[in-house]
Amino acid sequence: MLPTDITDPSYFHKVVDCQWACPAHTPVPEYIRLIADERYTDAYMINWVSNVFPGVLGRTCDRPCEPACRRGRTHEKPVAICRLKRVAADYRGDISDRLPEIPVQKNGKRIALIGAGPASLTVARDLMPLGYECVLFDREKLGGGMMRSQIPSFRLPASVLDEEVDMILDMGVECRFGEYVDSLKSVLNESFDAVFVGTGAPRGRDLQIPGREEAAPFISIGIDWLAGVAFEHTDTIGKRVIVLGGGNTAMDCCRTARRLGGEDVRVVVRSGFDEMKASEWEKEDAIAEDIPIFNNHVPKEFVVEDGKLKGVRFETVNRVPDGKGGLTSVPTGQDPVFMECDHVLLAIGQENAFPWIERDIGLTFNEWEMPVVNETTLQSTHPKVFFGGDAALGPKNIIWAAAHGHQAAISIHNLCQGIPLTDRPPPTVTLASQKMGIHEWSYENDIANAQRFVVPHAEKEKALKDRKLEVELGFDEELAFREAARCLNCDVQTVFDGPKCIECDSCVDICPMDCISFVPNGTEDDLRTRLNAPAENAEQELYVSPELKTKRVMVKDEDLCLHCGMCAERCPTAAWDMQKFLYNEAQANGSSV
Amino acid sequence: MSYLPKPSVRHPKLKRNALGLTHRDYEGNLSTLCAGCGHDSISAAIIQSCFEMDLPAHRIAKLSGIGCSSKTPTYFLGQSHGFNTVHGRMPSVATGASLANRDLIYIGVSGDGDTASIGLGQFSHAVRRQTNMLYIVENNGTYGLTKGQFSATNDYGSKAKKGAINPYQAIDLVSLALQLGAGFVARSFSGDKTQLIPLIKAGISYRGFALIDCISPCVTFNNHDGSKKSFDYVREHNHAMLKTDVIPEKEQITAEYDEGTSVSVTLHDGANIHLRKLDADYDPHDRVAALAHVQKVQAEGEIPTGLIYLDREESDLHEILNTAAVPLNALDSDRLCPGEAQLAEINQALR
Repeated sequence: MLPTDITDPSYFHKVVDCQWACPAHTPVPEYIRLIADERYTDAYMINWVSNVFPGVLGRTCDRPCEPACRRGRTHEKPVAICRLKRVAADYRGDISDRLPEIPVQKNGKRIALIGAGPASLTVARDLMPLGYECVLFDREKLGGGMMRSQIPSFRLPASVLDEEVDMILDMGVECRFGEYVDSLKSVLNESFDAVFVGTGAPRGRDLQIPGREEAAPFISIGIDWLAGVAFEHTDTIGKRVIVLGGGNTAMDCCRTARRLGGEDVRVVVRSGFDEMKASEWEKEDAIAEDIPIFNNHVPKEFVVEDGKLKGVRFETVNRVPDGKGGLTSVPTGQDPVFMECDHVLLAIGQENAFPWIERDIGLTFNEWEMPVVNETTLQSTHPKVFFGGDAALGPKNIIWAAAHGHQAAISIHNLCQGIPLTDRPPPTVTLASQKMGIHEWSYENDIANAQRFVVPHAEKEKALKDRKLEVELGFDEELAFREAARCLNCDVQTVFDGPKCIECDSCVDICPMDCISFVPNGTEDDLRTRLNAPAENAEQELYVSPELKTKRVMVKDEDLCLHCGMCAERCPTAAWDMQKFLYNEAQANGSSV
Repeated sequence: MSYLPKPSVRHPKLKRNALGLTHRDYEGNLSTLCAGCGHDSISAAIIQSCFEMDLPAHRIAKLSGIGCSSKTPTYFLGQSHGFNTVHGRMPSVATGASLANRDLIYIGVSGDGDTASIGLGQFSHAVRRQTNMLYIVENNGTYGLTKGQFSATNDYGSKAKKGAINPYQAIDLVSLALQLGAGFVARSFSGDKTQLIPLIKAGISYRGFALIDCISPCVTFNNHDGSKKSFDYVREHNHAMLKTDVIPEKEQITAEYDEGTSVSVTLHDGANIHLRKLDADYDPHDRVAALAHVQKVQAEGEIPTGLIYLDREESDLHEILNTAAVPLNALDSDRLCPGEAQLAEINQALR
């Protein structure tokens, strides 16, 4: 293999698994160390700059960082990154003096943002400090989009959401709330310099099976029903509720139903338990609220008698391999299962819908009726129109919306300043030694063996009586500290300086994970078979040095490195050093922590 | 050294041996030696060898004297028996222990001071008596614990860190052991585990006295230009004479060996030792030739390494003394102490 080019920012970035996995590339270990240091406000600001909604995301994020966490590979369970983010939000101090200044003198460019969800708000957050005038449209009277309408208050209290939304609106965003945009053409006619569409995936899928029409009064589309609850149009539901679907919306629906009077609430899913799209923890929380999940049940008929819903009939299936690497359903041939109920909530998926975008304005849609969007610039085929969040590339989640918002803001800024959209600003990267003394590092390198700490929950009896009572209480400072100590500091990189190495083997002998080897060079596949410990995770890089004096190379398998710094402590010549790699994704407003 | 313990977490897919153990189960405490010390590599090689040989740690006794090297038994085989003796007296304690319990495996770890200065007499007699043990000299040519004076194995003309030139001839432990009748004589280098590990394994398998004179650079006091025991110097002048492969009895021999250039020896425990000759006409079973060859290579300024001499007729002190076939602790009191009548009989035979 060729020597690893550690000057390429993506090499060490990839080693920071959590940050690499995060769509917004939040510097996770950096803020976790600040939390352990009780510097909550600083930790919050790192998050706020990067992902805009730390309080919201600390409760609701889909946490792509956690499955990626190295700790999951070395100690089974990942660090509770998401809930530590919440700690930063819960314990932070006043940040008003840290927010960017908004120029009084505007730059003369007007940007329309359609839909006041996380994507649009991020664009506004990035562009307002640069002097842009942003006009935010939403059909609802309040900002927040799906964060308000689809996420129940027991998971995300309105006060938390309001605070983070208002931080952006208070920058002087012109809000045209309560105004449903029914024509993109008319918006474009308002002489905006750019239009950003962040309207989400607003349409819940329906289920057309026998009895659907007759049962209509007793069937609700999940996301619409959740919005009805959020905006207080709906406050009751029947005692027996069936929720169809296995995603996070289904989990929100069933738990909300329990709080609105549902006593026998059950979730029924076509697929198996492990296949369900809902996050592991969301399923656990639902089950903890006495909501059974029935798997491998395919709904066949809504049974209505005398104009009243009696229940739903299901066919039971087995999930078998489909020969393409997935699973498919095969009926078991057993008698259908009939479940009685008073109400059905459909949470079987969401779709994009753009009935308000004219098809003759130069904006191309693909065969699935989705706008054709450049994945990097988020520009549509209409040069002034950009898409982000669920509206851009199909349903994802809040953190993706924030990531899109940042990229769209860069594109809009470039467009307005006459810079090519492909001219993306580079990330800011620093790499600095953390050595403080012979055995002293600026970070805690004593590996904590503690298992993941559980976030305390509110008492179930109380929680089920009040749909606004937040279930998760969050870590207290003590638990937060102990959980933060589980972070392996993957951003503190093992940097190897070949010419200094005397090949004494000290690092090889001390490495607790056997990830360092000195071997004759070879191809990657070959090297992976010749290292001191199996290097089977091909997704993780091998760090290869230039050829050393003995004609061998140093090969380090990044996969299970604990970043404990033992190699550097045992190195007599400082050929190994622990250096902090701080990577900040570029933003339109040029901000970095 | 480090203040923190080595993290206990380990690679989840580490190889396990026949006992179900990983190499990490053979570790000891964290080393307190200087970072980069060659001795730590030798400890790691001992750990790896014992792991690969599936040895139960509690059947091993590790003995040492005084010095940096003699501290190291704390840093490997944490589950084994250990004896840290008075300076230079390890060979005697090992001889006594071996006589008392012939079933344990004895690994003696010593340094150039402990072996070639204060303990030279003890060392010589352990070799003569063919004590059944593996004796590893962690040879760095310097007195590290007292800040870098020349030791008795320091090469003539070698330069100290502050510039002094060594005016004395070195004691060559390999030649000495050959002369004194050691059955297994090897030299190796802490910076070359691919050579060292097979030698340790062969030395443990060997019945009789097995010496490994292992050059182990002292990174703090003897790893500079002008030193003849530095990493760079040893690598440049390393003259490997044989390549050793050890194949345990239970494993099939799969590699092919050319009879003209290799020698195969089966030890008493069934292990096969294959010696591949790197010096074409070198015979590792001829003591006199070996001694001459070592002297010749050394006179040329090179450092001969590898398994230098192997006596196929394994023999040890138990054989010489015709001792009991079982450890003393396995004998019942009647046999251990046969009584007055037996004593009288013996005395009578001597009159």
